[in-house]
Amino acid sequence: LPERSTNLLGVRHIVLVLSGKGGVGKSTLSTELALALRHRGHRVGILDVDLCGPSIPRMLRVQDRAVHQCDSGWVPVFVGQDRAIALMSIGFLLERPDDAVVWRGPKKNALIKQFVTDVAWGDLDFLIVDTPPGTSDEHISTVEALRPYRLLGAILVTTPQ
Amino acid sequence: PAEVAELRARLRAVRHTVLVLSGKGGVGKSTFSAALAHGLAADENKQVALLDIDICGPSIPKMMALEGEQVHQSGSGWSPVYVEENLGVMSVGFLLSSPDDAVIWRGPKKNGLIKQFLRDVDWGEVDYLIVDTPPGTSDEHLSIVQYLSTTHIDGAVIVTTPQEISLQDVRKEINFCHKVKLPIIGVVENMSGFVCPKCKKESQIFPPTTGGAEKMCQNLNVSLLGKVPLDPQIGRSCDRGQSFLSEAPESPATLSYRNIIQRIQEYCEQHHSQEEKMI
Repeated sequence: LPERSTNLLGVRHIVLVLSGKGGVGKSTLSTELALALRHRGHRVGILDVDLCGPSIPRMLRVQDRAVHQCDSGWVPVFVGQDRAIALMSIGFLLERPDDAVVWRGPKKNALIKQFVTDVAWGDLDFLIVDTPPGTSDEHISTVEALRPYRLLGAILVTTPQ
Repeated sequence: PAEVAELRARLRAVRHTVLVLSGKGGVGKSTFSAALAHGLAADENKQVALLDIDICGPSIPKMMALEGEQVHQSGSGWSPVYVEENLGVMSVGFLLSSPDDAVIWRGPKKNGLIKQFLRDVDWGEVDYLIVDTPPGTSDEHLSIVQYLSTTHIDGAVIVTTPQEISLQDVRKEINFCHKVKLPIIGVVENMSGFVCPKCKKESQIFPPTTGGAEKMCQNLNVSLLGKVPLDPQIGRSCDRGQSFLSEAPESPATLSYRNIIQRIQEYCEQHHSQEEKMI
């Protein structure tokens, strides 16, 4: 089993948002879920592991922000005046927003592992993990990396057709 | 080199290859690929091949009413599954024992299957090879461009919807094409407006808050092939495995598709004759 990093120890619940299909509203739901939970007074984080098409930064209007490093790893971007939502996405690591992340699986896997263990989330009630469509590298790596932690479960998103 | 020679030999009889791409999922790549295939195959003298390299979410078998079909092997390789005499299809969907089986593969295994699709399928003589791809800019996309570089790709058709969340990903796809030197035939904007069949009023279900594909194409100097309005009949046809162009010939969406298909054909034919001139 992968080692437990301390960065996720303060996270009470981890929820994966999945779908096989693209474009059904995973990122939209992840964002709305985070906002609704914050509205109820919870501390929320979103981990956006869609490396090719990261949508969450724009949805929360933080696409122009940058991430910094601290001793325990990356400091997530805090959203809003109350800073009650923390977000990590590859979107923040791109030099230009239109840069394509043209990576094969192994490179994607390495970054996802880092995203899971090396983000200094602090204390969170909920960490929502938004995923890309499919059942491939990102999904396998994310689930493997999250195994030592309190993975509450997955929400599956679809459309009617 | 031996591998390259193998692929080149297998694909030698393919005249035109069109990749259907998007950075974004769910914008209508497979829907468009199927319509393009049907549209081109309406000419009985043209041999059309549709290759579905979306390994995790293969939509083409259902859209072409080929669910449950299996791939047959012969001395000359894998046989495509034929929808019409002049329209053959290949998809991982045909290799699954059940349509709900998840293909949970990492990149290298996906690449291996894509290579097999190109190397082992006996497509025969093909006028148009259409390749439907999954969303993103990853293994499948790198591999198909790499493997097809032994032959020749006419270009990519990039599909989007009007909203910025889609365009954001599509700009990345356009950059991917530039990076791998893949010509862009143009962009198709799907779900572009909805005309109510009852009151005839037009609504923007996915508002183009940043100017839609039109603005993006202007900014990035790529061709806008056309806009296709939302028509519930499209989704229904896909679910039923019917050709939307045949089921709804009067729909404004059909008219749009037909215009776009014609422009793609013109691009390919023109390209071909330019190449011939060079030889």
